This record gives sequence, C-alpha cells and structure tokens, in this order.
Amino acid sequence: MRLKVSHRTEYSYDEPIRYGLQRLRLWPASGPAQTMLTWALHIEGAREEVRFLDQFGNDTRLLSIDGEPHTISVVAEGEVETNDTAGVSGPHRGFAPLWLFEHQTPLTAPGTAIRELAASVGNGRDLDRLHGLMALIQQRIAYVTGTTDSRTTAEEALVKGTGVCQDHSHAFAASARLLGFPARYVSGYLMMNDTVEQVASHAWAEAYVSDLGWVGFDAANGMSPDERYVRVAVGRDYREAMPIAGILIGQAQERLAVHITVEQ
Amino acid sequence: MVAFDEMLPAEAGLRRPYEAYDGWLKNQDPARLTEKMRDAERVFRKTGITFAVYGEQEASERLIPFDIVPRIISGNEWRRLTQGIEQRVQALNAFLDDIYHRQEILRAGRVPRELIAANEAFLPEMIGVRPPAGVYTHIIGVDIVRIAENEFYVLEDNARTPSGVSYMLENRETMLQLFPELFQRIKVHPVENYPQLLRQSLAAVRPNGVSGAPTIAVLTPGSFNSAYFEHAFLADQMGVQLVEGQDLRVADGHVAMRTTEGYKRIDVLYRRVDDAYLDPLTFRPDSSLGVPGIMDVYRAGNITIANAPGTGIADDKAIYSYMPEIIEFYTGRKPILGNIPTWRCSEPDSLKYVQEHLGELVVKEVHGSGGYGMLVGPAASKKEREEFSKKLAARPSNYIAQPTLSLSTCPILTEKGLAPRHVDLRPFVLVSDRIRIVPGGLTRVALKEGSLVVNSSQGGGTKDTWVLDD
Repeated sequence: MRLKVSHRTEYSYDEPIRYGLQRLRLWPASGPAQTMLTWALHIEGAREEVRFLDQFGNDTRLLSIDGEPHTISVVAEGEVETNDTAGVSGPHRGFAPLWLFEHQTPLTAPGTAIRELAASVGNGRDLDRLHGLMALIQQRIAYVTGTTDSRTTAEEALVKGTGVCQDHSHAFAASARLLGFPARYVSGYLMMNDTVEQVASHAWAEAYVSDLGWVGFDAANGMSPDERYVRVAVGRDYREAMPIAGILIGQAQERLAVHITVEQ
Repeated sequence: MVAFDEMLPAEAGLRRPYEAYDGWLKNQDPARLTEKMRDAERVFRKTGITFAVYGEQEASERLIPFDIVPRIISGNEWRRLTQGIEQRVQALNAFLDDIYHRQEILRAGRVPRELIAANEAFLPEMIGVRPPAGVYTHIIGVDIVRIAENEFYVLEDNARTPSGVSYMLENRETMLQLFPELFQRIKVHPVENYPQLLRQSLAAVRPNGVSGAPTIAVLTPGSFNSAYFEHAFLADQMGVQLVEGQDLRVADGHVAMRTTEGYKRIDVLYRRVDDAYLDPLTFRPDSSLGVPGIMDVYRAGNITIANAPGTGIADDKAIYSYMPEIIEFYTGRKPILGNIPTWRCSEPDSLKYVQEHLGELVVKEVHGSGGYGMLVGPAASKKEREEFSKKLAARPSNYIAQPTLSLSTCPILTEKGLAPRHVDLRPFVLVSDRIRIVPGGLTRVALKEGSLVVNSSQGGGTKDTWVLDD
C-alpha cells in the first residue's frame, strides 16, 4: 500500500524565543514492512545543527532556534510503500543488545497492577501469550484522550483504566518484559479507516519472539500492525522514541498544534 | 603484621632509592626542617589550594596537609609500574569499546551480563559511539598500593574523572621552593610538564576533520565543586578556557563558548562534570551544569568529550574484581600488576564469608568513591560493624570486600622526628594516540599512626613523589 503522510507540528510562543533546541526523530527508514519513496522535513523558525543515528539506529536531528521567532514549525512528509508482514518486523539489528530491551525504564516500571496483569496471562506459545496480553490491555485501558500525559507511567495508566496509544504501548512493553520478552516502543503513523485527518501520531509496542524476531502489537487497537502502519522510531519507551523533544531557555508560554494526515 | 617501610624496612636497612636523600637529611638541622614545614603550609595557603570536604556540618574548605619528606621510587621500579599501567589502560579502553559495540566479553561469558545490564554507569546513549583514536578514557588515575619490595597491587582504576593531579604539581613546586639544593644533588624526573602533556594528549584526540590546532576547554561544575581549584588550575596551566555549562551552547553544528567576539567552537572538552549532569536534553533534565544537546553533537562526531560519557562502567568496583579477566581477554596476557582479591557480596558464598570476617576486611560501596560509606573492619567498633552488617544484608550487591592490606609506609616528619605512615600512589595516565605517564603521581598518606585510610576527605595528607633518574 502506498501511503502519503504529512505531519505538521507547530509551537507558538507569547514572546520571541532566544535559545532553544528541538530533537527530532521524524525520519523513517526502509525495512521489512516499508520502503521509503520520498521523505522531507520542512522547518521554520529553527535550523538543523547536527544529524546522527542514535543508540537504536533512529535518524535523529538536532535543531536550534533560528533568529528570535514566535513560532517554530516542523513538517515531516513523504510517501511510503508498505506491506503487510502480519506484524513481523524482522531480526534484531544494531549494537543495542537485545538484553537492553528486557529492562524496564521509569515509564514502564511495573507496580502491583502491571505485575498482576502480567501474571494473569496464561501459558502457551509465545505468540499466543503476547496476543492474550494485548487483548487484556485493550480491555483494561479504555482509549480516552486527555486523561494521561507524556509523563504517565504504564502502572498509572493501568490503575486509571484510561489512556492513549502511548499508555497502551507502555503497559504492553512493561508486561511483556515481566513475562521475559525483550520489548520496545515504536512511534509512527496509522491510517485510520475512512479518514484522512488523524488525531495524533501513533505508537505501538514490539516484543521479541525467538525464531520470528520483533513482532508488533498495537494494544490500543487490539491488532498487530499491517500495511496501514508507518514506523518512524524505536526506543525502550516513549521518551527514547519521541518524535520531538525540546528544551527552551526562558519563560515563554508555549502552545502546541499538531496536524497529521495519512492517506492512500 | 609489620608493614613494609619504603625507606627503612625492618631487616634490610636503608633502601637504595633513599640513600642520597638520607645523606642530605642527616645533615639538616631539625629546627630548620620544622620551619620548612610551616613554610610549606604558607605556600599552600597562598596558592589557595583547598579541598571541600563533604558530609561535614560546616561546608569546610580545608588545606590538605602536606608532608615534606618525599616518597622516592627508583627508575627500575617505575619502569615496571608503567608497563603494568599501560597494559591496564589499554585493556580499559578495549573493554569500553567492546561494551558499547559487540560485547564480545559478555558473549564469551567472561564478565556476567547482569553486571553491565543492571549498572547505572552503563550509558545506552554511548552504544555505537567510537571516539577519535578509539579512546574512551583519556585521563586515568590508577590507585596503586605496595605491600612488599616486589608486590604492587592496583586498588582501583579511576577512569571517569580522576582528581588530584594539581596536588602532584603543587607538591613538586613547593618542594622546589623549599629545598632547591636537594634537586641539585638528586636527579628526579620532572612532573612540571603535565599540563603540556595533557594539552598535547587532548589535541591528539580532536574530532576527525579538525585541521590545525583544536580549541580545547575545561568544563567545571563551578566554584562550589570540591575540585574547582584543580579545574581552574589545569585550564590556566594549559592556556585554555575554563567554562561552565551556562557559557556553552550548540551553534553551527558544534558546541561553542561565549566569548567577547561571539560564539567560538570547541573541539575538545575536558569535562569535570559527571555524566548525569552533562546534558539535560539527554540525561537529568534538571541539570543546569551541563550543555543541552552536547550528546547530539558528540554522536555526530563534532566534539571530543574527555573522558567519554559512560566510562564509569570500566571503573565500577564490581567490575574491578573482573579486571584480571578483562586484561587477559583484550591483551592476551596475564596482568603485570595484580588485583587485590575481592569478594563480591552479590555472591551468596562471598557474602557469608564477608559477614563472618567483617573484623578483618575492608568493605566498600560498589559505586562509592572518596572513602565515603566504607567500613574498615579492624578499625571499626563492634557497634559500627553490627550496623554495617545490617546494611550489607539489606543490599549485598551494593558492596565488595577486600582484605585489609598492610600498605607500605613512608616516613613523615612529626614533632618527634621521622615516623612511618601508610601510603598509596596515584599516577596519572594520559591516553591518546599514545600513552603518556608522568613519572610520579600523587602519594597520599594516612597521617594518623596506624591508619590505613589515605583519602583526603578522611584526614589523609600528601607527599611529593620522586621517580629517580637513575
């Protein structure tokens, strides 16, 4: 499937910004489930300082404020050819060892609720257990926006019983790790059926299954990724795979607007 | 147990390296020497060399006591030491390169994976980074102890941000001022060129693509840091800028410092700020001591950070116990300098042994330094041992234990004349395209009779360290 993605992020400030940095992980790479056809970044109010591959192989770029702008906008857009691999994204690559993904991070650190959830996953084949886990998380965390934020932990979201894809992914990664699977967080895009406008960028989780490699689980939607998904960055949690992370010197008030379209 | 005295061992009589010094000393008027001791203190007060001691009620700035009797090492002894040190720092850098790439040593099962995986000093952000010349730890202070004529051991490898080199330099400077005639009589290798060697060494690991003389700077956490004097001193001696995080920012793809003529690019940063505080965009977001985005510039290859972030994984006290394996794995040879036998309290059998022999052992925190949080069994009261035993039982993997070694002694000058005190030695090693070791180092001395704790934070002093040109 050929997907056309446009992801616009705009930060507005109530006073001019003199110094700040934005770190972008917005440059998808080709892989088993996708081939990049075109991709571009359009940046206003900031300029690229450096680009590099981070410890997980994500194409990462550091921007600094250019001039003294009131707004900074970042548009990532392009076309991707995707194919359905039944969620399998292939063998582990890179220097980051698999065991690194067995470790919890502050955002996935399990409490009683996550531990109980993981313990309630039945025995059986690896894939069946992980699908069971995904179904449990979908049941237990209702998709409700505005109830959690970027600092909400897996445990907190599960206790609350509501959250967004980020929380589902954290809960899945936290539980999968407890069950002994290396797990990671994937940020990207999803073309929801019947709509071009997407409410947000998407996220899902992957678990490492012997013989298969990394397999994706989108607990927010209760399915493994198919050809409607575009993967952009990976990490052990949201913080390591975040599309945009920034630091700002000064007291300016920030307003954020995100506009995403994914279409065929 | 009688300690080995480096000047006058119990049976053998005056040792050779001290003969010339002893000859001079015999002709000195004791009253004049006492006066020289006071002169030395005045010199130190004047240069402003102080040391902040943590954990005391008043945040006190103290002079580290200086003893005017030099610690003397023969040229032959020094050659053997340097071979062992070179082997060790080569292994440390090879280990770091491996740990942040293929991790062959873990695959081979020579070092347990959990030791790395559960270790805060391991920085995932360093995975895949290969700094210029493959050097991760550029400046190392290897702590060495001696227990007999031919028995030297490495006590710890300070591979992150070793301090103390300014004392080495000041001690020599002071001795030259107090006793110029001594240095006429006895040929001692100079240490004064350390700042130049440091500068050359840092310049040699400039980022690839920097042509001409690179711009070097020293990053300090600021004047509240206990080693601020040293940071300022080294910057001054090297003739480079001393900077704080707030002076730096990312500009034109580099880290740049504010100057009167605008921002100027830095190629090599000798940082004395700990990893966690180095980059608030990457590590602790609340740090105001570091430079946001410096890790991005680093990964892009546009700056050299010395020492590299994440080098702490090589000098962790739990890793220390594997150094003999690590040296053999990367150099293919047995260690020239031995390790002190170490019990890892994470292992149940070792824990049991340590608990049963607390009175004989030194127990240290795995991640600690500076002599804080350690138990010296033989010197501790029963109550102290009992309390420590509880801490040990609660978090065994936080501790290692070593036998209480009878460190060698050197004489210090007391009011009653010369008296032996225990010493250790921290030579400073510079690694770039080659390894440079300044002949000498910092000799730390426990000033209290019988004490084995040489740390300056615990009442230790220092001595000038001579390597003879013989």
